[in-house]
Amino acid sequence: MSHYEQGDWEAVIGIETHVQMLTRSKLFCGCSASFGAQPNEHTCPVCQGMPGVLPVVNAQAVEYAVMAALALGGEVQPTSRWARKNYFYPDLPKAYQVSQYELPYCLGGQVTLLVDGEERNITLTRIHMEEDAGKNIHDAHSDFSYVDLNRAGVPLMEIVSEPEIRSAAEAAAYMRKLRTVVRWLGICDGNMNEGSMRCDANVSLRKRGTSELGTRAEVKNMNSFRAVERAVNYEIERQAELLNAGEEITQETRLWDAEHGVTRSMRSKEEAHDYRYFPCPDLLPLVIADELVGRVSAALPELPDARRARFVDSYDLSAYDAEVLTAGRELADYYEAAVAAHDNPKLVANWVMGDVLRATREAAGEGEVDYSRIPLAPERLGALLALIDDGSISGKIAKTVFERMLTGSDDPADIVEREGLAQVSDSGQLEAWIAEVVDGNPDKVEDYRGGRDKLLGWFVGQVMQLSRGQANPGEVNRLLRERLAG
Amino acid sequence: MSELTDELTDLGVTQASQRLAARDVSSEELTRAFLERTLALDQGTSQAIGAYLELSAESALDQARAADALLANGDPTAPLTGVPIALKDIFITRDMATTCASRILAGFKPRFDGTVVARLREAGAVITGKLNMDEFAMGSSTENSALGTTRNPWNHACVPGGSSGGSAAAVAARMVPGSFGTDTGGSIRQPAALCGVVGMKPTYGRVSRYGVIAFASSLDQVGPLANSVEDTALLFEAVAGHDPRDSTSIPQPAPDCRGSLHDGAKGLRVGVPGEYFGEGLDPEVEKSLRALLAALEREGASLVEVELPHTEYAVATYYIVATAEASSNLGRYDGVRYGLREGEDGGLTNMYGASRDAGFGAEVKRRIVLGSYALSAGYYDAYYLKAMKVRTLIRRDFDQAFENCDVLLTPTSPDTAFELGSRTDDPLKMYLSDVLTIPCNLAGLPGLSLPCGLDSKGLPIGAQLLAPPLAEPLLFRAARACEELVGFDQRPPEQDLAGGAGK
Repeated sequence: MSHYEQGDWEAVIGIETHVQMLTRSKLFCGCSASFGAQPNEHTCPVCQGMPGVLPVVNAQAVEYAVMAALALGGEVQPTSRWARKNYFYPDLPKAYQVSQYELPYCLGGQVTLLVDGEERNITLTRIHMEEDAGKNIHDAHSDFSYVDLNRAGVPLMEIVSEPEIRSAAEAAAYMRKLRTVVRWLGICDGNMNEGSMRCDANVSLRKRGTSELGTRAEVKNMNSFRAVERAVNYEIERQAELLNAGEEITQETRLWDAEHGVTRSMRSKEEAHDYRYFPCPDLLPLVIADELVGRVSAALPELPDARRARFVDSYDLSAYDAEVLTAGRELADYYEAAVAAHDNPKLVANWVMGDVLRATREAAGEGEVDYSRIPLAPERLGALLALIDDGSISGKIAKTVFERMLTGSDDPADIVEREGLAQVSDSGQLEAWIAEVVDGNPDKVEDYRGGRDKLLGWFVGQVMQLSRGQANPGEVNRLLRERLAG
Repeated sequence: MSELTDELTDLGVTQASQRLAARDVSSEELTRAFLERTLALDQGTSQAIGAYLELSAESALDQARAADALLANGDPTAPLTGVPIALKDIFITRDMATTCASRILAGFKPRFDGTVVARLREAGAVITGKLNMDEFAMGSSTENSALGTTRNPWNHACVPGGSSGGSAAAVAARMVPGSFGTDTGGSIRQPAALCGVVGMKPTYGRVSRYGVIAFASSLDQVGPLANSVEDTALLFEAVAGHDPRDSTSIPQPAPDCRGSLHDGAKGLRVGVPGEYFGEGLDPEVEKSLRALLAALEREGASLVEVELPHTEYAVATYYIVATAEASSNLGRYDGVRYGLREGEDGGLTNMYGASRDAGFGAEVKRRIVLGSYALSAGYYDAYYLKAMKVRTLIRRDFDQAFENCDVLLTPTSPDTAFELGSRTDDPLKMYLSDVLTIPCNLAGLPGLSLPCGLDSKGLPIGAQLLAPPLAEPLLFRAARACEELVGFDQRPPEQDLAGGAGK
């Protein structure tokens, strides 16, 4: 806990998120927008900023941007404008970035978060499109820097929130939700560590109960959700300490240093660029026809929030479970496919959120969890869970069978039969195990009969162990009670 | 110097094309004749014309021989097959130096052809080389070229106009039958006027800007220069029409301008804007224009007085819009990827500063500073935004004027060619050379300048025609009618061409 009095200050956080769109080609030329090529392999005179070249807007990028706008509840503007943001940097070959400024293509929108079980709506100010810059490479040669323009011109959306985020946890939840939505739509891979989603957080504090905004610092260089949470937390504490000491906050840009867990000043307001924005004369105003909006809208999938609500209604899940299961479109699809295979929504939910997600995380190793690579088909999960519900195996045995299923393609029933894992409900066998346990522990029996009812659980456990988990726990329970009452 | 007069170099674009198609002359012969005349007139002495920055003689002869092979097949060929054409050095040309007459692009050889160049090659043209201009097309006399002086063929002590001065001088001196330039505020029409040739600026968006080095993107337009209206129309048709690589390109094919070329003056309503005949207009220029107007009326055209009340704001508006766009367009010349690099030992910021300081001339720097200022925070509304509003008013002036007339007829330039060096110390006076051509660019209209006679100093006077957007056929028809009435058949004196007189 920090040494300022919590409760004095309210954090006011707005986030600008850059989302790299998964189009095949770049925003203004036909070059591939994909990663992983040799430096400058994906370049042409247009994205190299050669003299005399002109931009042509990628229709796919506009369509993706419209998808995002509609999915986030924004208002697509019938006419918007491309603008030039002018500054010099070696990775910016034209010395301007084509962006949108005064008239972005989307105004408004919102992102719904579930933080500590509470729903919060964060309003969006706007979304605009722009082109990415290239990359400077400083470590390839001791005397020179190189420029790789493969990324120059890759289409981005910048999603700008209102300063309505109130905590570091909310900031991270906001970013997670944005990622869920853009991945859900298939328009961005959402990898923060590879930079395909990047965000800057504007953080300021104000006295609780007041409405005036304090001086803000812009925090950059956060390349994971955890980094967002840590950096915003750090920044809140840093500013609170200064304010508590009676000092003023400097308006500046700060970089998050993940290694040392601090933010550091990069440049002050005075050093800020004047980008000399003006409408790009090489591009006509961007007209987004109603027809396109209608077509994109009709083709939108059921969105995360709607699906979450439906999961609560149709499957009687808790809000939390529904949130977890709609964290990705493939995950939600998986869940519903498993329910279709075995109609016990709660049992399926527990298994998907437990063993299935754990196995998926383990399969991903160090990499990002990928819901499109869940290592067990939903139909097979359904078949396994059916064995629990029809009493063939216990939940405990089911976990063993699940592990077997991950490494092979056998039916769960075959695994149970082959390995002799079927649940034993035969009272003769159960009585024999019970007798062995009861007879071997006369003192415990005496204690139980003397009033220590809780020992029943211990006896059940002993029997289950003896049966190597195969005894039907319900039956064991019933028979033990009878026997001990004896 | 009469041995320099060769009948082949008297041929215009249309005539040359017809003679080539008839196969009574080969492209190689024709090209060689123009190249030889160029070698004799364009370089070597201190008084040479200096229109070319780079004459690609060998490549031109190769192209000519390839054209001859096509012509020899007897199949119908593209209209410019075998016709020599030269280009302002603002056009991106594959494997040919493209400098924009700037030190910052010295030695720059692009790896692609722009759309206009590609269309000229498809049309069979023989590209002879690259022509001088004001650096980055910024100027009205070609004196801002960092790479050499171009002289007016009519008087070698005078400027050829600019910025497409090389394009006008080369055509006037019959070193090439046709050329292309660009016109941002008069850069085709004004040098055409000063050199006594025809120069045409199409409707904004009519000709692709892809592969044309940008000065002011919302104003720049490519256009042809030649010695007759018909030749100019032919060249225009060869390059006009939609280009998917230019988002500002009008999605229409090239219009047929030669079909109605000879429809005459009868019935034309010719607008005469009083604002273009006011103070500062050389009386000899005015007299010449009035004579042409009278002749048109005699031919059955009607003269209509029109008002363009916002004309007086055009130059100021232009120098905000054009410089603002230029300040952004010229940012890419930073020494990082191509062109001149200086000061790299002093770190990045130093390299930027040193490269741009050494690479750009004074006028270019002046305009970058002006434009950056107009766009800077706190000044944007007062300058750029205001200028864009005035631009709309200027456009409306023309819309209203064209409700009552088909074309406008005005002088192209307030005066005839001025002496080299006489205006270089006074940028404002130089800017005012374009006062009559700038409004057309701000409104995006097609315009054309044609010779209207000579003044008492023997220098050509230009008449400017302006038409509504996309009305190029009407513009050429009116121009052809004027051309016939003027009957301009003078040539720059041959002894002057060789640099012997006119001092």
